[in-house]
Amino acid sequence: MSRSLRRKVTNALALALSAVATVIGLTCLAAILWTLVSDGLAGVSGHLFTDMTPPPGSAGGLLNAIYGSAALTVIGILIGAPIGILAGTYLAEYGRETRLAGVIRFINDVLLSAPSIIVGLFIYQVVVVPVGHFSAVAGALALAVIAIPVTVRTTEDMLRLVPQGMKDASTALGAYPWRTILGVVYPAARSGIVTGLLLAIARVSGETAPLLFTALNNQFWSTDLAAPIANLPVVIYQFAMSPYPEWQQLAWSGALLITLTILLLSIAARFVLAVLQPAKRSR
Amino acid sequence: MIRALQEVDVARSARNGAGDAQAREAARAKIEVSHLDFYYGAVRALRDVSLTLPDRSITAFIGPSGCGKSTLLRVLNRMYTLYPGHRATGEVLLDGENILAQTMDVARLRFRVGMVFQKPTPFPMSVFDNVAFGVRLAQRISRPALVERVELALRDAALWDEVKDKLSQDGRSLSGGQQQRLCVARTVAVQPEVLLFDEPTAALDPISTLRIEETLQSLRERYCIAIVTHNLQQAARVSSVTAFMYLGELIEVGSTEQIFTAPKDRRTDDYVTGRFG
Repeated sequence: MSRSLRRKVTNALALALSAVATVIGLTCLAAILWTLVSDGLAGVSGHLFTDMTPPPGSAGGLLNAIYGSAALTVIGILIGAPIGILAGTYLAEYGRETRLAGVIRFINDVLLSAPSIIVGLFIYQVVVVPVGHFSAVAGALALAVIAIPVTVRTTEDMLRLVPQGMKDASTALGAYPWRTILGVVYPAARSGIVTGLLLAIARVSGETAPLLFTALNNQFWSTDLAAPIANLPVVIYQFAMSPYPEWQQLAWSGALLITLTILLLSIAARFVLAVLQPAKRSR
Repeated sequence: MIRALQEVDVARSARNGAGDAQAREAARAKIEVSHLDFYYGAVRALRDVSLTLPDRSITAFIGPSGCGKSTLLRVLNRMYTLYPGHRATGEVLLDGENILAQTMDVARLRFRVGMVFQKPTPFPMSVFDNVAFGVRLAQRISRPALVERVELALRDAALWDEVKDKLSQDGRSLSGGQQQRLCVARTVAVQPEVLLFDEPTAALDPISTLRIEETLQSLRERYCIAIVTHNLQQAARVSSVTAFMYLGELIEVGSTEQIFTAPKDRRTDDYVTGRFG
């Protein structure tokens, strides 16, 4: 076989293999989405948003779980985001290449890829056990622990994209680092930081494992943060495992709801990046 | 060709020279550098540099890349302290006060010694806020006074007529040349005593370069200005004093006229006649 023919064959083979891989991947994704939409849509009605989770064998909705999920996510992000943003700021602006920053960065990367069930166990050990019962607060804390490494990473990455020249210019005007960060670096990285937050919310809102040992679940309407609280992921988990068709239907609808929420957040993130990005004029 | 251009420029600066000479007589030393050494870690980037920068005139620093001219500029406002491992020894007096002293408040120093960089770096905020940024850092000032100050600075930078109707627009939406003049305005607005320009036109087109040079000319009467440039014609055009640096040493400093027409050192002669660099 001549050399050029061999190259052509190799090229065609590589192309074919990557095409097949792409098709397999996309087919799985499409199948998941199709099942979710077709099975989930059947249960979508006004009741979904107005009724509580029902006892076995009767109809109901997911109102308490939707509220619980929203509350857990909001509180979790309110706790996690400031810590994440400040830590990311430290790594990008103060710590930089120091040993301490390197260690923090490494630990953060480990935390980023740690199975979320471990986070749940951790909060169970340090919050649920001493207090003596499951609570919404414990669930929110677990979600915060999951949101922190994501926020640290995106914040650091985004702050590092701010040109050094811009920071130097601010320093040359007599600004101390904190003024430079608040006045110049954050505004310059604003769209990136907001995007990171939206992605952290998306990540956190679908977590099930850390909530199993912390927020647990609640059949009833509850706004008491010291008590167990209903939430979509755990409701889906329980209802999907149950033998009751009504519950199974609610699980499908809940799954669809979460997926749509995450989809919307991701679209919002892209939108924010596109809109907040300054209209840079090329020279 | 280069030689011919230079001769034209030198003739021009010689014409301006008469007035400059008188100004120089009157100008007192604003900055006195003596026995300055600078280290990037173990690398010695400046060797025993001593010179004075006269007030109310423009001093140009020329020399091949890596000769230490930008480093010297960054010592004058202590920008180097941003980076660990960079240190300077010797003495740099600003109106008699040693700015290398540990007790020197670097923020206060930078209010007095402003700097414009090679790349335009507008902040992510409106044109007005860009210019007001440094002013708000340096002093408490009433809103009407601030508005006035911003306009004055933009006029000084020859930018006012182009942006007066878009003060609330994002500074980054201006053209490259306008952005650089915005940076000049931002620096001037603080009303410093010394202005440092680090290759301010290296990233600009010829017309924008001309505008910046005109701005420099209009600022020379009020400030002590130091400019680093790779463009010899520019040095000849704008400065009244020129310093030639090579391999971290200050080889020769004198009136721009003398440096370009009758350099005392052979290396200066070789550089200004384009034999190397």
